[in-house]
Amino acid sequence: MNAIRLPRSPKILTGLGLLLGFAILAIVGPWLAPDNPSTSFHNSPVPLPPSAAHWLGTTALQQDVFSQLLSGGRSTFLVAFLAGLVATALSVAIGVTAGYFGGLADDLLSMLANIFLVMPALPLLIILFGFLKSSGSNDDVIIGLTIAVTGWAWGARVLRAQTLSLRSRDYVDSARLIGERGWRIIATEILPNLTPVVASSFLFTVLYGVGTYTALAFLGLVNPDNWSWGGMLFFAQLANAETSGYWWWFVPPGLAVALLGTSLALLNFGIDEFINPRLRVAGLTRRAGRRQRAGARPPRRYELGLTPVVRTPAIRPVTTTVGGGHD
Amino acid sequence: MTDLLLEARGLCVDYGSGPGAVHAVADADLVLHRGEVLGLAGESGSGKSTLAFGITRLLRAPGVITGGEVRFYRPGGSPVDVLEADEPLLRVLRWSQVSLVMQSAMNALNPVMSIRTQLTDALRAHRPGMSAAQRRARAAELLDMVGISADRLGSFPHQLSGGMRQRVMIAMALGLEPQVVIMDEPTTALDVVTQREILEELSALRDRLGFAILFITHDLSLLIEIADTIAVMYAGRVVERAEAKALFRAPRHPYTLGLLSSFPGLHGPRRRMTGIPGSPPDLRELPSGCVFHPRCGFVLDRCASASPPLGPPPGGRGRVVACWLHDGAQSVPEPLAKPEPDHIGSTL
Repeated sequence: MNAIRLPRSPKILTGLGLLLGFAILAIVGPWLAPDNPSTSFHNSPVPLPPSAAHWLGTTALQQDVFSQLLSGGRSTFLVAFLAGLVATALSVAIGVTAGYFGGLADDLLSMLANIFLVMPALPLLIILFGFLKSSGSNDDVIIGLTIAVTGWAWGARVLRAQTLSLRSRDYVDSARLIGERGWRIIATEILPNLTPVVASSFLFTVLYGVGTYTALAFLGLVNPDNWSWGGMLFFAQLANAETSGYWWWFVPPGLAVALLGTSLALLNFGIDEFINPRLRVAGLTRRAGRRQRAGARPPRRYELGLTPVVRTPAIRPVTTTVGGGHD
Repeated sequence: MTDLLLEARGLCVDYGSGPGAVHAVADADLVLHRGEVLGLAGESGSGKSTLAFGITRLLRAPGVITGGEVRFYRPGGSPVDVLEADEPLLRVLRWSQVSLVMQSAMNALNPVMSIRTQLTDALRAHRPGMSAAQRRARAAELLDMVGISADRLGSFPHQLSGGMRQRVMIAMALGLEPQVVIMDEPTTALDVVTQREILEELSALRDRLGFAILFITHDLSLLIEIADTIAVMYAGRVVERAEAKALFRAPRHPYTLGLLSSFPGLHGPRRRMTGIPGSPPDLRELPSGCVFHPRCGFVLDRCASASPPLGPPPGGRGRVVACWLHDGAQSVPEPLAKPEPDHIGSTL
């Protein structure tokens, strides 16, 4: 077996492909944009539908929607991943420390996590962002960090619980007995076993970051010069694009957010499948069977207590010719 | 033998499907009679548990039964085709007719429920006419039957020792007086003294209640004592089946011989212990011909090309073996040609 088997379930491949596409878009999108997203082109009072000049039409201010869409990916992507990274780092540091060391450290850190859990995140962010916007310091980095601060607590709770169960395992006890230091035990014995939890918590937080950033921009709490998909939706909403039928204005950014979220969710399912071999085997065999067509049809559904019976036309040579009766 | 109870013919079980499927059990035959103890022996991964769980259709995903017949002969009723049965029918059969003692009593018993609750659970489901007092009385009787005093009814699993937990499992399995009790390595986790006690109790209960046991273990020496008939499995196939005594005194398959010479006897002349060279095959890529031929000490030319049928050896009474050595075309090597023991006890 190789050290790392390439996960090749369709969920992972689709999710990874989509995410990669969005990552490339985030990097090169603003350069690819045909026009400046803030420039007004015409003098028409209503948004213009898609045309050869403007592939996705124009906004009420006659800005190019396609350029806005291409430019808007970068900040969404940056904010969401920064929030995910920082929040995951925070939750690992706080959750694992609390779980491993226990005692007073656990009490204090758990209390901190609980406080952040019960604080309603969106109202808090709205207040914070209102303040940031008026003070003029709301660039992507600060927004990402702010979202991270409100989003780490859930992951910390999960990691703490998992660490509590891991720290009493025999291999951790033996590491302690041979005199390994706490931090080394955490790094070499505990963290590797937390990888799946950390990975899925990271993806979840990125998803949370995408949603939160879009929501805040949609509420108009982000500097409008900083183009994002949520910001596009904000302006579309201001101009009543939904009721007036200017679909080319609000569908593309909405779809982009939905697809980015889908890619992250698919990757998360893929991680599930990767960790739980039972899910993987069932999924892969079903696919293999579909590819086979001619041969045995694999069961549609496995059910505990009702093992499927799929009679295969004898592929293997029949070994018993003499009736093997006992009597 | 007329009292046929459970019969599996040509049962095949795969894990997964398509080219990557693992053929865990191939073409296995198994016959269980009323009151008989049938031992299923083989090393880890030889498919003995898979066979037993396949018969009861309790395999987990991705286990698939790919062929064969399983029939359960209900006393006084029509035979049930287990592979065609639907869930309600299986549910009625399970536990009332066929019950299961699982390997680890530690995990099989629910730690937050008292022994009484767990013992009366099946009674409540299968015997709706019983009153709560009757169920309690039956639970006490069951515990008493397996040698635990009835005042333990209120205990929780963690308050019992490993041996007691296993006894509770056996008591649960006997609660509805089933015809067949499948025991999947029931004593593996116990020390030999406890193991011995439980087995003796089991034999006494079998004599009294008359249920049949399908006993799965890798411990062939244990089976020789408790079982009437022993089936030896290798790489998902039954390679030999014989009366316990006949199998012990006069093995016919080289694999059985290898298993028998890997533990010492308490009596008789000292003999050299030998293992079986090599290791079990990969069930995805089985060797051609006889699956045992790469490890066999008596290998013939055709062993590598053709798979031997499971059939009676010349002069063998009531036994079958899957080995080319016994087809009469050549002389059988001395260790595999010992005379059948004179007196073969009946299977009861």
